[in-house]
Amino acid sequence: MDLRFTPEELAFRDEVRRFFRNEIPAEIRRKVSEGRGLTREDYVTSQRIMNAKGWAVPHWPREWGGQDWTAIQRYIFTEEMLLAAVPLPQQFNCYMVGPVIAAFGSQAQKERHLARIANLDDWWCQGFSEPGAGSDLASLKTKAVREGEHYIVDGQKTWTTLGQHADWIFCLVRTDPAAKKQAGISFLLIDMKTPGITLRPIITLEGRHEVNEVFFDKVRVPAENLVGEENKGWDYAKFLLANERTGIARIGLSKERMARIRRLAQEMPAGEGTMWADRDFRERFAGVEIELKALEITQMRVVAAQARDPGRPDPASSILKIKGSQLQQATTELLLEVAGPFALAAPERGAEPTNDWPFDYEWADAAATSYFNNRKVSIYGGSNEIQKNIIAKAVLGL
Amino acid sequence: MDFDLSLEQAQLKDGVERLIAANYPSLETRQKLAREPLGFSERGWAQFAEMGLLGIPFSEAEGGFGGGPVETLVVMEALGKGLALEPYLASVVLGGGALRLAGSAEQKRRLIPAVVEGSLRLALAQTEKQARYDLNDIAMTARKVEGGYLLDGAKSVVLNGDSAALIVVSARTAGARRDAQGISLFLVPADAPGLRITGYATQDGGRAAEIGLSGVRVADADLLGEEGKGLPVLQRLSEYAIAALAAEAVGAMAALHALTVDYLKTRTQFGMPIGNFQVLQHRAVDMLIALEQARSMAFYAAMMVEHPEAQERAAALSAAKVQVNRSCRLVGQEAVQLHGGIGMTMEYIGAHYFKRLTMIESLFGDTPHHLRRVAAADGLMA
Ligand SMILES: Cc1cc2nc3c(=O)[nH]c(=O)nc-3n(C[C@H](O)[C@H](O)[C@H](O)COP(=O)(O)OP(=O)(O)OC[C@H]3O[C@@H](n4cnc5c(N)ncnc54)[C@H](O)[C@@H]3O)c2cc1C
Ligand SMILES: Cc1cc2nc3c(=O)[nH]c(=O)nc-3n(C[C@H](O)[C@H](O)[C@H](O)COP(=O)(O)OP(=O)(O)OC[C@H]3O[C@@H](n4cnc5c(N)ncnc54)[C@H](O)[C@@H]3O)c2cc1C
Repeated sequence: MDLRFTPEELAFRDEVRRFFRNEIPAEIRRKVSEGRGLTREDYVTSQRIMNAKGWAVPHWPREWGGQDWTAIQRYIFTEEMLLAAVPLPQQFNCYMVGPVIAAFGSQAQKERHLARIANLDDWWCQGFSEPGAGSDLASLKTKAVREGEHYIVDGQKTWTTLGQHADWIFCLVRTDPAAKKQAGISFLLIDMKTPGITLRPIITLEGRHEVNEVFFDKVRVPAENLVGEENKGWDYAKFLLANERTGIARIGLSKERMARIRRLAQEMPAGEGTMWADRDFRERFAGVEIELKALEITQMRVVAAQARDPGRPDPASSILKIKGSQLQQATTELLLEVAGPFALAAPERGAEPTNDWPFDYEWADAAATSYFNNRKVSIYGGSNEIQKNIIAKAVLGL
Repeated sequence: MDFDLSLEQAQLKDGVERLIAANYPSLETRQKLAREPLGFSERGWAQFAEMGLLGIPFSEAEGGFGGGPVETLVVMEALGKGLALEPYLASVVLGGGALRLAGSAEQKRRLIPAVVEGSLRLALAQTEKQARYDLNDIAMTARKVEGGYLLDGAKSVVLNGDSAALIVVSARTAGARRDAQGISLFLVPADAPGLRITGYATQDGGRAAEIGLSGVRVADADLLGEEGKGLPVLQRLSEYAIAALAAEAVGAMAALHALTVDYLKTRTQFGMPIGNFQVLQHRAVDMLIALEQARSMAFYAAMMVEHPEAQERAAALSAAKVQVNRSCRLVGQEAVQLHGGIGMTMEYIGAHYFKRLTMIESLFGDTPHHLRRVAAADGLMA
């Protein structure tokens, strides 16, 4: 048993740490750190810097731009990225559709899409959820009917994150209405410019345009855009959802936020001193730190097991998801506490800070919006209730 | 022991609830009103006046209707239930409370009738950027000059500070920043030279303002209460505010809980209403327990807010705020979670209740602040 990294791993860590802090623009990292929305350009800029270095998609197969890194290197890489408040490479591109195409796509699809996905030349969004199919994803109704060399797609997707930026959407669609639930689903790549697709923004509760409804009205999709085999889409979706485990707990992100909370608490006046001088506050802070440390080690155990046995699916990822989301939320509660009465203010601000900002604590509105927005992390990607159902069944045999 | 409303109180409840339901038929209406220049409807405010709501806490001799904490509770609960935007807390409870508690006979005669009829709105400018929740922490200065005072300093997150014509400002006439003595209250017209008001939206759809005063001159007649004796008044105002917010929170939580239970019964996944899943049933039960604990403490706050013994009263109101805050957090977070994605959107009223409940937690003292006060008082059992 040894918790320490090897000298090689430490050297690797230092290298990626330097890269993230020196190469990714500070302005972008500041926005991430403060929990403000990023523009499409911010994502593109950051990802292209990584891609130029060959680091946008290290977890992909080597021939499509991946790196031969160990699970531990990948873990270090992701944690360092989060610790430096670097935006993750566009997740739908790099962690979802890219690996699916690399694993199950046709040669033509790989050649057409993968390099563009890695460089964020095309922005992809995820069309899985529907109004009637959330936790029960397999009940989805959007249908695709084969007509000659095309599928005709009709239906609706929802909660489509950043679909307003998207050039492409990858969808789960029903191709065999007679088959039972999971069996009749296919995985389709759809160009967002195809006639018949409309998008309606949904503003999330903190006030940003983060998700959308996407409507499909007799949308003609070339049959060559089917990934793998017809009616096997559910298998690819499961592969996709299980694909990127390292980093799922977002521990680096929570640690980065904790460091920031400490800084803010050291500046925030309270009583005769600052909030950091308040022992009760420090105890609450320590309580979150302790749980984070425990989860960090749990995550390293998962990573080590993966490094030994890469193929094995691990229900421990559900533990990481549940605890990781709870701790992300706990950090935003601490942040809200530091902001105190000043979290109330929500002056309208554009994408950029303005000089007529009336407020002394110009970070405080983002404390409230982070708290609000982070309620999502226990809902999306399989809610925490669903994760617990999985553990109860798969681990406990209940 | 009697927790029932009197006939008049029940009629008041019915009347306010109906008015608010009529004025806020939908979330769209509410959001539209929130974007009006004042942040609420001028017409709605006039209707509050017509119904007599703005005169509730003032005695009949003062030109009001002689209501007490229970009447205020009834109104605030209805405001919470309807997510109403009217600045009842800022103008009637806080501003009006300051007049009631500290005003001279002349000030009351001059101002209270206008407050009651709805032509004069008030606000309380108390919080400063270094003060957090400490009422005694005041850096704003009031320097005595011939015939009056000169006020200098800045106030932060003044509730509805951009729609009040007259602002109650706390400032130091003596002492150091955190001294209990030496705090005085002043009535400052919003258009006084040297006064700068920057209004903005708040997270919950309301309004607040940053207020700067540089060399603002007020007359001797605008001193509210005795010079240097403002802190006890601020403490009383904070207690009234907590009692009012507790009631508002209960109204909002009850509405949000009802929405959630309704959603559990109607949303289907896996071929059945999600309310069939026991884990969600239990969560809804935990929400109900939290709501009822808060409701009890809102009653307790209303009963104790005019308790004659200051220390007991202070501890009681702090205790009420702790319970209400905790319930706000649990009910708000669970409501969003049990709704899934829909709970995360501006389009759904549930999310707006959640945001209001979150902000109630941080008004007039968060949970750690009031826990500390209860502990410092050696608890509630004494
Ligand atoms: C901000 C955000 C971004 C998103 N981005 C995307 C995206 O880009 N693409 C995409 O396809 N989807 C996206 N989603 C959708 C997300 O995956 C769904 O919200 C999630 O699967 C839950 O589905 P639902 O919202 O329909 O809630 P429901 O499934 O209706 O769940 C409501 C509640 O019931 C609970 N519940 C449901 N079934 C059970 C059960 N069997 N046992 C116990 N409890 C249960 C849930 O945990 C939840 O608390 C996003 C969601 C959000 C909030
Ligand atoms: C100190 C003590 C004194 C007692 N005194 C008396 C007495 O004087 N007279 C008497 O008659 N009995 C007495 N009891 C018995 C007591 O009423 C039972 O223990 C109780 O009814 C639970 O039954 P059980 O122990 O068989 O547990 P079980 O019923 O087997 O329950 C085991 C667990 O499963 C949970 N559970 C069971 N059904 C459900 C469900 N549908 N949904 C969710 N969870 C469920 C339970 O909550 C519990 O956590 C006493 C018990 C104790 C511990």
